[in-house]
Amino acid sequence: MKPAPFKYHDPQSLSELLGLTATLEDAKILAGGQSLMPMMNMRFVTPDDLVDINKITELDFIELEEGHLKIGAMTRQKDIVSSEKIFSVAPIIQEALLNVGHMQTRNRGTLGGSLCHLDPAAELPAIAHLYGATMFVENKDGRREVSIDDWSLAYMIPNLAPEDILTSISIPIWGADHGYSFIEFARRHGDFAICAAGVLIKIDSSSKIVKVAITVAGADIKPTRLIELEKKLIGHEANEIVFLEAEEEAKKIVAISDAYYTAAYRKRLSGTLVKRALRIATSRAGGSHRNG
Amino acid sequence: MVDTRDIQLNVNGTAHSATVETRFSLADVLRENLNLTGTHLGCEHGVCGACTVLVDGEAIRSCLMLGVQADGKEIVTIEGLANGDELHPVQEAFWQSHGLQCGYCTPGFLTTLVAFLKENPDPSEKEIREAISGNICRCTGYQNIVNAALMAAKKLRDK
Repeated sequence: MKPAPFKYHDPQSLSELLGLTATLEDAKILAGGQSLMPMMNMRFVTPDDLVDINKITELDFIELEEGHLKIGAMTRQKDIVSSEKIFSVAPIIQEALLNVGHMQTRNRGTLGGSLCHLDPAAELPAIAHLYGATMFVENKDGRREVSIDDWSLAYMIPNLAPEDILTSISIPIWGADHGYSFIEFARRHGDFAICAAGVLIKIDSSSKIVKVAITVAGADIKPTRLIELEKKLIGHEANEIVFLEAEEEAKKIVAISDAYYTAAYRKRLSGTLVKRALRIATSRAGGSHRNG
Repeated sequence: MVDTRDIQLNVNGTAHSATVETRFSLADVLRENLNLTGTHLGCEHGVCGACTVLVDGEAIRSCLMLGVQADGKEIVTIEGLANGDELHPVQEAFWQSHGLQCGYCTPGFLTTLVAFLKENPDPSEKEIREAISGNICRCTGYQNIVNAALMAAKKLRDK
């Protein structure tokens, strides 16, 4: 099993890369290669040109700035998992990432690669939706910001023109007292989730929910932020009755059927996982995650 | 038209130069160009873990990395684990614990565990199972592989 022949390019800088993507007609960008290389090995993807961006170190960074966490597109998943900086502000990213593949794939796999591959069940796009991330995109003529809401155009199609490069993403930080949980259901650990749920929550001193974000991945063709449910939960006490109501709401998600799992099964998983994630996130609210 | 590049890489302590087709995986380059056939290819799409090698100390799937991307890197393959006739402690533990049957997946398990035990010298059984979750074995049922990994960890700690 070999990729079909291609012309290999390995630009050394972002400006060189943007010059290349502006001219190449049928190119694929090679980031960590953990999704693209299998597709090329199986010849599902046969680009004329392959642009390897692994030498562009300026896209590999983790920065905290003014209430935001900014991560470069070429930051490896293993570096995100082991980042103290990320653990201190957004530990849910690491909890989600430990479900992504295995040690060997996280050593190569990147944040940007996953966000551009955009598998509907993938964890990192789910996290980007959960936080309402801003995607930073550049091409030869300039840069633009794309809201995560406008990122997914269709099944596995990100909002990128052939000349565009995703350079980094930014997420707002929730503060030390937030609770979080990312859980998923898969046939085997490390496989793509049949369904996954992420929850961020803030609770006041009287146990009332003051802020909450809920995202389900794997159900529909892209991760779904449950905005209506979030609105309903605000002001309610974070308790079992409320979680059971949330479970019923989360079952109403739009879901797809495929050769293996029906939409009805995915809807049911969505309800169960959202309920469980709300429970865990609530138990961690108030800064207790810092103690493990 | 065949797209090739000249690359230089260090494999198991030996410097090599090779002219490689850019579409060849690192596994292909190791096997075809350097005749190091100990690295096995199972699925060739990143699922089975048989082709795991160490690149600059990190366990990676050599079927998902291009050979041309290994230019300037230090690679360790299964052939580089033993010190002459003296088995690496992880190899010795696999032998003593009967951690292999057909042996096809074994190079991937060994390289994976060498990297993992360097990072985590005293792992729990659960951590070992997590570490090898990206390697598939169809013979052993994993029980003796986990036993071997625990034994290897102890051997390395006692060294």
